Amino acid sequence: MRSRFDEQLAILNKEMIEMGALCEEIISKVLKALTDEDKDFLNGISTAGTEIDRKERTIETLCLKLLLQQQPVAKDLRQISSALKMITDMERIGDQAEDIAEIIPFVENRPEMADTLLHEMAKASIKMVTDSVDAFVEHDVELAKKVVSDDDIVDKYFDLIKQEIIREIISNPKDGECSIDLLMIAKYFERIGDHATNIAEWVVFSVTGIHKEG
Amino acid sequence: MSNIITVKDMCLWYGEHQALKDINIDIPSKSITAFIGPSGCGKSTFLKSLNRMNDLIPSVKITGDVKYNGKNIFGSSVDVNELRREIGMVFQKPNPFPMSIYDNVAYGPRTHGVKSKAKLDDIVEQSLKDAAIWEEVKDRLKKNALGLSGGQQQRLCIARALAVKPAVLLMDEPTSALDPISTSKIEELTIKLKENYTIIMVTHNMQQAVRISDQTAFFLLGELVEYGNTETLFSTPKDKRTEDYITGRFG
Repeated sequence: MRSRFDEQLAILNKEMIEMGALCEEIISKVLKALTDEDKDFLNGISTAGTEIDRKERTIETLCLKLLLQQQPVAKDLRQISSALKMITDMERIGDQAEDIAEIIPFVENRPEMADTLLHEMAKASIKMVTDSVDAFVEHDVELAKKVVSDDDIVDKYFDLIKQEIIREIISNPKDGECSIDLLMIAKYFERIGDHATNIAEWVVFSVTGIHKEG
Repeated sequence: MSNIITVKDMCLWYGEHQALKDINIDIPSKSITAFIGPSGCGKSTFLKSLNRMNDLIPSVKITGDVKYNGKNIFGSSVDVNELRREIGMVFQKPNPFPMSIYDNVAYGPRTHGVKSKAKLDDIVEQSLKDAAIWEEVKDRLKKNALGLSGGQQQRLCIARALAVKPAVLLMDEPTSALDPISTSKIEELTIKLKENYTIIMVTHNMQQAVRISDQTAFFLLGELVEYGNTETLFSTPKDKRTEDYITGRFG
């Protein structure tokens, strides 16, 4: 009876999965560039960023078309409005990955402790992004809720890194600029965690109709 | 907000066929309540029960309670004409009487004993103003109402219903025979009317229910499946049958 609408929703779902995959790809590239000395990974990042922006436009257009043509209600309305909100967060994740990529060449001499913590933090925030996309694909409310609570882990890493950087600046003031850059990278990963949290909250809304207050 | 109509365990049969099953619903006053559901689900039957229009069908049997302002509408002391004055009705197809615009609106008050010309003039003017058609017809009140457009005729019918000062207006798909502009005028009018009246409306246009109603009731196969705040019902329906119907999976 509504096969055309269902087909269009399936396309929307596919596009969302692809955009999610692009976000995972861009931050895993950033992580590799951070871990390995191989800076070739940095080259692919801006291409992935452009691809994410293009995807955002495509999905936005599709959602507006669906709102206009189908005047969706109930679960359909929640799915489409959540998609519109989620792509903004996905696009921001892409931007922040690009921001990190820009800084990486300037933080060659990282203090060991902060470096280890940063890797852990990066892995934790990337997992949040992967899980939020999986939660969307599987309509998995429990996984989405786990993403929301995992944000505390990323926030804790950020605090630890901040303390470490303060110590580093005190003991080694001449490398202050590098330390600040490192703090910015940590902040970007912290923001990526926040965006993954937003995505997860919209997944919960899309499935249950309840969005977290505040 | 107090409830002007309360219905408890109401059932209705047309002969052997049960058309309404255990309906329980409270309708708040001065608000718009929409009844939705596929054809034959009982929504119009239920609407018509609220001012006892179904009394006109001999095989109808009704059980349960329907209270208007706390009083059972099927009680022996109830004057059906008075009930229908207080609970007016507007039909799907505009049905002006084949007489002048003025006489259409004055018909009800005259039937209820208003004779003074000045008083009738006042009622006609006020009712036509309330129905948002005064400006369009004030210079041709003596002209035949059948010369008006469909949308104007429907607003005239609303004016006619308002002329006897009802508290509740029942509307059975009031815009289904109208073009989009007339539809939008009736919708605007309905929203304005709820300041002073309680509106209960059957509609097949779900977007209309979303646009103008405060509460929505979904009927299916004679049952009231779900009733609640319109925004909630259309964004997060509780019953799967409601979800399936409003998203166009059946009906």
